[in-house]
Amino acid sequence: MHVTQGTFSYLPPLTDAQVKAQVQYALDNGWALSVEFTDDPHPRNFLWDMWGLPMFDLRDPAAILLEVQRCRDTYPARYIRVNAYDRTLGRQTTALSFIVQRPKNEPGFRLDRQEGADRQVRYTLHAYAADRPPGERYDD
Amino acid sequence: MTVTESPPRDAATDRWSSGVIPYAQMGYWEPDYVPKDTDVLCAFRITPQEGVAPEEAAAAVAGESSTATWTVVWTDRLTAHEHYQAKAYKVDPVPGTPGQYIALIAYALDLFEEGSIANLTSSIIGNVFGFKALRALRLEDMRIPLHYVNTFQGPPHGIVMEREYLNKYGRPLLGATTKPKLGLSARNYGRVVYEALRGGLDFTKDDENINSQPFMRWRDRYLASMEAVNKAMAETGEIKGHYLNVTAGDMESMYERAEFAKELGSVIVMLDLTVGYTAMTSMSKWARRNGVLLHLHRAGHGTYTRQKTHGVSFRVIAKWCRLLGVDHIHAGTVVGKLEGDPNMVRGYYDTLRNGFVQRDPMHGIYFDQDWGSMPGVMPVASGGIHAGQTHQLIHYLGEDTVLQFGGGTIGHPMGVAAGATANRTAVELIVQARNEGRDYFTEGPEILRAAGRWCAPLRAALDVWGDISFNYESTDTPDVATTATPA
Repeated sequence: MHVTQGTFSYLPPLTDAQVKAQVQYALDNGWALSVEFTDDPHPRNFLWDMWGLPMFDLRDPAAILLEVQRCRDTYPARYIRVNAYDRTLGRQTTALSFIVQRPKNEPGFRLDRQEGADRQVRYTLHAYAADRPPGERYDD
Repeated sequence: MTVTESPPRDAATDRWSSGVIPYAQMGYWEPDYVPKDTDVLCAFRITPQEGVAPEEAAAAVAGESSTATWTVVWTDRLTAHEHYQAKAYKVDPVPGTPGQYIALIAYALDLFEEGSIANLTSSIIGNVFGFKALRALRLEDMRIPLHYVNTFQGPPHGIVMEREYLNKYGRPLLGATTKPKLGLSARNYGRVVYEALRGGLDFTKDDENINSQPFMRWRDRYLASMEAVNKAMAETGEIKGHYLNVTAGDMESMYERAEFAKELGSVIVMLDLTVGYTAMTSMSKWARRNGVLLHLHRAGHGTYTRQKTHGVSFRVIAKWCRLLGVDHIHAGTVVGKLEGDPNMVRGYYDTLRNGFVQRDPMHGIYFDQDWGSMPGVMPVASGGIHAGQTHQLIHYLGEDTVLQFGGGTIGHPMGVAAGATANRTAVELIVQARNEGRDYFTEGPEILRAAGRWCAPLRAALDVWGDISFNYESTDTPDVATTATPA
C-alpha cells in the first residue's frame, strides 16, 4: 500500500530539485521549515519525531535540504516529511506538509472491527508495522 | 409624499400629532448621522414606487426595521426613542440603473439580542420586504460591529482546527456528493462512498435532500457510510470523512442522528440551511461540544440571494452563518454549473475566511468587517466542476476550500475510485506548480495533460470533460463593472 498523507502523495516521488522549490516557496512566505520522521504512520499520529527544532532562522533552501538529507542518512527506512509553519496571527499552524521519504515496503493497516449491538461496529486502524517496537519496524 | 416637497411643519408639535407622517420626518432619515463603531450597519438596495423619494423610502426601511409602525404612537415618548430608531444616513443612486438606490442604515447595538441570528434577522429583514412603498428591496451587506461579533462563538472548529484535526495541509480539500441523489440503498450508497474515498478524496457527502426516506433510512445509511469511511482509511492511511446529513423534521430527531453519527466515529455531520437559523445555532453548539465538524449545505438560498433587486445577498447569509457557527458552507465555484460571478464569489470567500475584510465595491463588499479572532469557515465549491478546471478553481478560490467533484468523480469512465484519483492528482499538480512559481493559470491545461501520461485516470477525465464549461452571464454582479463568468 501507499500512505497518502501529505500534500503531494499522489505525485511521483519529488526530486530534490522539486523539494527545494517547495522549500523556497515556504521561505518566500516567511514560513519556518522543519523535518520530522516516524515509523508509526497511523493517520492520527501527528507527533512524528522532530529532526531538531523548526529552523526558524534558516533561510537558505540548500541548508534545509542538507538537513533533509542528514535525516534520510540516519533513518533510511522511515517516513520523513518536511513541514512549513505559518506563525501569523489567525493561522499559527502548519501551512504545508509533504513526505520526502517513505519505507520501501509499506505494509499498511489492518482494520479491526468490534461488533456491538444494533449492527454498530467500532473501528480501529492498526499499522502492521506497529506490532514491532519502535526502531525495529521497517528495514533499518 | 417626498421629503423635499413636504410643506414646512413645526417639528416639535407635528411629530407627535396623531395621524400619518412621512418616516423621514419621524427621525428615520438623518443625513448628518455619523455611524458609531458599535452600530450595526446595513446597505439596502431599494427600488421605490413611482413618486416615492428615495430618502423617504430609505427612512421607511429604517423605521419598519426598528421602532416604527405606520402611524404616530404617543407611547414612543415613554422611551429614549432617538436611540432605538434606526437612522438612514445615506442614499446613493446605483450607477447606470435608474430607479435603484443604495441606502445605508445604522442600528444601535442594543436593538439586538446577543448571540441570536434569529433576533438579528427578525429585526433587519422581519417586516420590510413586503412594504408597499417599495417595489423591491434587497439587503446587500451588513457591517457587524466587533462588539456584536463577540457575542457569538462562530465556527465550532474553523479552518485551522479542521486542518489539524484531519492532518491535511497546503492544498484544497476534496469531496464528492454521492450520486444519484435519490434511490440508492444503504449498501449501494456505501459502495460509492468507499470507492470515492479510497481513490483519493478526503470527504464524501450526503446530498441536501438525503435525509431519511423510504428507500434508505438514516441509520442504515450512517452504518454503511462509516464502514466505507473506515475501510478507505485503512487503505490510504489518511483520515477520511463522510458528511452525514442530520437534517430532520424536528430538533429532537436531528440531535438523535447527530449523536449516532458521533458514536460511530464520524468526523463530520451536515445540515441544510432549510432547518433555520436557530436550529443551525443549536447544532453548532452540539458540534463544538462533541468535537464533530459541521458542514452546511445552503439549500434554498437561491430563492432569495440570486435576483439583484430582491432578497438578501449571499454575502450576508455567509456572515450570519459564520457568526452562528458552521465549519463548511457552500459558497460558489465561479466555473461550475451554478450562479457565481468571480468578483462576488471572491467577496463571499473573503467574508468567510479572513480576519478583516475591507470595503471593496468590486467584490460587493460595502463595509469594512472586523471578525476579531473568530475562526474562518471553509467555503465549499460544488456543482458542475471537474478535474480539467483545477487550475481555474485554485486561481479563483485559493487553498482553504473544499472542492467537490460529484459528477466529476462518480461519472468517471474508469470508475469512482479512478475519478477520485484524477481529481486528487490534478489538485496536487496545480498546487505544486503554483508553489514552484509557475504561471499555473495559463499553463494549467498543459500541466494536467502532461501528467496524463503517467496518470491514466487523469487522462481519461480530461478526455471526457476537458471541454465542458458553463458560460452563462451571472445575475448577481457588482454594480461598478460588468464581468463575464469565465470559461
